[in-house]
Amino acid sequence: MSQRGSVLPPLVDRHILTSKTRNDVGVGAFAFLFSEIVQYSQTRVSNVSELERKLADVGFDVGVRMLELLVHREKAGKRENRILGILSFLHTNVWKNLFGKTADSLERGTSADDEYMISDHDLLVNRFISVPRDMGHLNCGAFAAGIVEGVLKSSGFPARVTAHSVTSEGLSRPKTTILIKFSPEVIERDERLGS
Amino acid sequence: MPRDSTTLTFVIVGEETPIYECEIKAGAKREETVNYLHEFVLHASLDNIDEAIWTTQSCYLKQVDRYYDLTVSAYATSSLVKFLLLHDSKNDDGIRNFFHDIHEYYIKIMLNPFHTPTTKIKSKPFDEKVKLLAQKYLL
Repeated sequence: MSQRGSVLPPLVDRHILTSKTRNDVGVGAFAFLFSEIVQYSQTRVSNVSELERKLADVGFDVGVRMLELLVHREKAGKRENRILGILSFLHTNVWKNLFGKTADSLERGTSADDEYMISDHDLLVNRFISVPRDMGHLNCGAFAAGIVEGVLKSSGFPARVTAHSVTSEGLSRPKTTILIKFSPEVIERDERLGS
Repeated sequence: MPRDSTTLTFVIVGEETPIYECEIKAGAKREETVNYLHEFVLHASLDNIDEAIWTTQSCYLKQVDRYYDLTVSAYATSSLVKFLLLHDSKNDDGIRNFFHDIHEYYIKIMLNPFHTPTTKIKSKPFDEKVKLLAQKYLL
């Protein structure tokens, strides 16, 4: 961006909003960085759920920023004001930009109306992670759940978002399901806005 | 409306609190007391904005409130950060462009990891950009 010795222009003058050239980083570089984030977090927590919370917190800040950037880049500044709109934005735009592909599925929860699930058979953050037996239900997809939570919260759809490993027959490894449970006021507002 | 009496106040409201404020003036300086009225009118318009946000997908919310000859136009970014402009003359296209360009600068500021939705924007270059855009579109 700048030559050695020259001073970077102020933030507002840098060209960081256009994505004409894709600046993808190698998956190895990302995996090492993420591994480091997990290790760092692990030294600062005492149990599994705290670790998931910490990873989610890191993801949250990513989500908040991805939202503004992607809406500007890909949606021509059109905000999402409905639940389905923001969910498909997550499933398509956010996933594509962060993980290089859209998520494998987006479903509505069977037991409750305010629950939605985004599933991925090979979530990038989990690709090189094998959870030790004594850490039970830990899923480092908590980081991705944090991203989802960040996008939802800052766009006005507060929700509780958690990551779970789901095993099913015919799959060599468990898929990661991100469970989204919206706050009651979000569901209420969406119903009021009608279809 | 004669040009020398243009009054403009621009505010960016983060989650709950204003994170940036700027008075844009052309011509004669007004008395200090007027500013309190401006803040009051801007504050009063926030409820209207919260309603308007959900009725449209566009960021520009047009005029959301008025108080005698003072009008409040608003804009909400995708993360629901609100831009408010108090003005006393009609200039719809200018205001739309003004907000749109500021939005870009705002995104660049908020991508900075040291910025959070509640951090006050103290960046001098940002301030200069706002004043430049105001000159270009509003005065």
